[in-house]
Amino acid sequence: MEIKKLAVSSSPHLHSQNSVRRAMLWVLAALAPASLFAVYYYGFYVLVLLVAGPVAAVASEALILRLRRKPITAAFDGSAAVTGLLLALNVPAGASWWLVVMGALLAIGIGKQVFGGIGHNPFNPALAARAILVVSWPERMTRWVGPGLVSSATPLAEYRAGNLVPSHFDLFFGFRPGSLGEMSVFLLLVGGITLICLEIIDWKIPVSFIGTVAFLTWVLPREGQTAFFAGDPIFHVLSGGLILGAFFMATDWTTSPITKRGRIVMGVGAGIITAIIRLYGGLPEGVTFAILIMNACTPLIDRYTLGKSYGSVRGAA
Amino acid sequence: MARTFVGGVHPPYRKDKTCFLPIERLSAPKTVVIPLLQHIGGINAPLVAVGERVLFGQKIGDSDAPIACPVHASVSGRVIALEKRGHPNGREVLSLVIENDYADEVHPSVEPKNMDDMSPADLLQWIREAGMVGMGGGGFPTHAKLTPPAGVTLDAVLLNGAECEPYLTTDHRVMVEWAEDVVLGLRCLMKVTGVKQGYIGVEVNKQDALAKLRGAVAAARDIQIVPLAVKYPQGAEQQLIQACLNRRVPKGKRPVHIGVVVNNVHTAQAIAHSLHTGLPCVERVVTVDGAAVERPGNVLVRIGTSFADILAERGLASEPYKLLSGGPMMGIAMHTPAVPVCKCTSGILALSRAESPATEAMTCVRCARCIDVCPMLIYPTLIAQYGERGRTEEAEKYGALECHECGACTYVCPSHIPLVQWIRLAKSDIYARRNRG
Repeated sequence: MEIKKLAVSSSPHLHSQNSVRRAMLWVLAALAPASLFAVYYYGFYVLVLLVAGPVAAVASEALILRLRRKPITAAFDGSAAVTGLLLALNVPAGASWWLVVMGALLAIGIGKQVFGGIGHNPFNPALAARAILVVSWPERMTRWVGPGLVSSATPLAEYRAGNLVPSHFDLFFGFRPGSLGEMSVFLLLVGGITLICLEIIDWKIPVSFIGTVAFLTWVLPREGQTAFFAGDPIFHVLSGGLILGAFFMATDWTTSPITKRGRIVMGVGAGIITAIIRLYGGLPEGVTFAILIMNACTPLIDRYTLGKSYGSVRGAA
Repeated sequence: MARTFVGGVHPPYRKDKTCFLPIERLSAPKTVVIPLLQHIGGINAPLVAVGERVLFGQKIGDSDAPIACPVHASVSGRVIALEKRGHPNGREVLSLVIENDYADEVHPSVEPKNMDDMSPADLLQWIREAGMVGMGGGGFPTHAKLTPPAGVTLDAVLLNGAECEPYLTTDHRVMVEWAEDVVLGLRCLMKVTGVKQGYIGVEVNKQDALAKLRGAVAAARDIQIVPLAVKYPQGAEQQLIQACLNRRVPKGKRPVHIGVVVNNVHTAQAIAHSLHTGLPCVERVVTVDGAAVERPGNVLVRIGTSFADILAERGLASEPYKLLSGGPMMGIAMHTPAVPVCKCTSGILALSRAESPATEAMTCVRCARCIDVCPMLIYPTLIAQYGERGRTEEAEKYGALECHECGACTYVCPSHIPLVQWIRLAKSDIYARRNRG
């Protein structure tokens, strides 16, 4: 056997099976149980919303890439689909399908492609779009319904109003009104922990985020009360979009810090903002804005949390 | 409990085809090519002329440079050329070409030594004269590692038997088959340095090697066998020191600055063999593997045997896509098989396209996996991005000069960015700026 031609390249010559597409498919898979639970709880209509999100996001990305004269294959790397699904999981079951489509277009267009596409967006695209939707269609984005699409209020809003809230059990397993993706804490945890085990997301952000919210909502008195250490941290951890946000959105690769300590700072910061909004703010829920604010701080966090290298020991040259 | 370092990756082993096969000695080839540079440091000057007859074991190249190491004839025969030839480091290097007369007539300087009769200074001189270099791939002259700088007392000699590179089983077979020599070589290094405690670090996937070494050390207390976790790059000098001794080498310094000497197990075995026979470093074991190789295995070959000769002997099942000198994580891709085995050539891998697929780089998505796995705790993606744009100051700030190019970052990158390639570029730009500077 004669050797005629040899490929030459820089080492290493082996590569793991890691790819953006593989990771994104895992994220979709990790979100699947919680998504299907929403379909089971609310009915078939929400399946329309959950499909409309990813489809609209991928289509928008392909269209914009085409307009930018970039290869449209990037639209199929799975990241647009994840953005679309996350957006759909962030609307109430009473939302109209066009609201989701509009959100997906905003997420990909304003949230991602205007900055140059994957890897360049400063804010989590799904959350940026959700923020725009909440401000633009406040009534449609809070059309909370119960099973069978009967009008209802979220536990956090009830809590605000001083009304009765669902039991911890119902909150944990998802038998309560809320955005499509924040229903079953249990199923979200299954997906989130899977992603941690696969080293797709880092445990540091969800653990520090959720831990901070639990601590502060336990210690601080809610508005109108004075007793410290009297809060219900378990209620706060289980309600609203905290679990979905902490595991699936605050951990977004592009918009979270790359340093190890920075991820803790990100989680603690998002936790503080969430707790303050929930206890004293004008909105019942604060996860979206907490993450968006920390996204904005990410470059700064990276800058001030650089760790010491292996060789940075005493006696260094 | 196996010890380890911070960070790292778990590439597939791919050692199963060769790790149980005994070392086979190949007959010496018709011609050998002896590069005058087979170590890190200054190149040797030739000591013989074209046309001259040289003897087996004769010193044929040496240098006055403080970090340099002589080279020797690995066969007896006539010098037929002194010219630049392809080298496994990827460049062309001035080399002596010797036509083998198959007499293996031994040079008169070759005579067995007895370690007990020699002073540490004599042993150190012998290690230099025998041309001993780091045979794990580094190629740093061994004698230069054994001399501590002023004010430093050496207190540990470490033998590196981690062999964390996939495919390679050279060190594994050396430890299994020549455990006594490995231990004797370590004792010789301890005598030269006056160090009382020796360590041999071996990844726990080589239980047979661990058992043989434990047997060779027996009840002696001066040598500790350290089982290491199976993780890449466990065999990198800094990571081995961190795992075995829980110490770190400050940046810009070498292990010797913190009182530690690290040598490859094959180097230790070569020193012992050299004491037994009096022969300098004229042969070594090389793993030959890859899907394109018909009969993979470990072969004992004369230094200067060409990759082509070895591949011809082993047989090629198909045309290789890549031909590597060394392992797949840090090895260098050859553009021709007409390169000789040097003292630090640990493997010849003829890989198929399926084994080493080409990947297309995409944008960094800031996942930070490269940072999480980096054993030097630096910032590969930032160095690469700044390096790519020629911004050497930032590249240096994020740790470019600490990178030892293990490739863990590139291995895990989901965007398939050739991070190590960009970091290498950044490093050479930083050095270029300093030299201008």
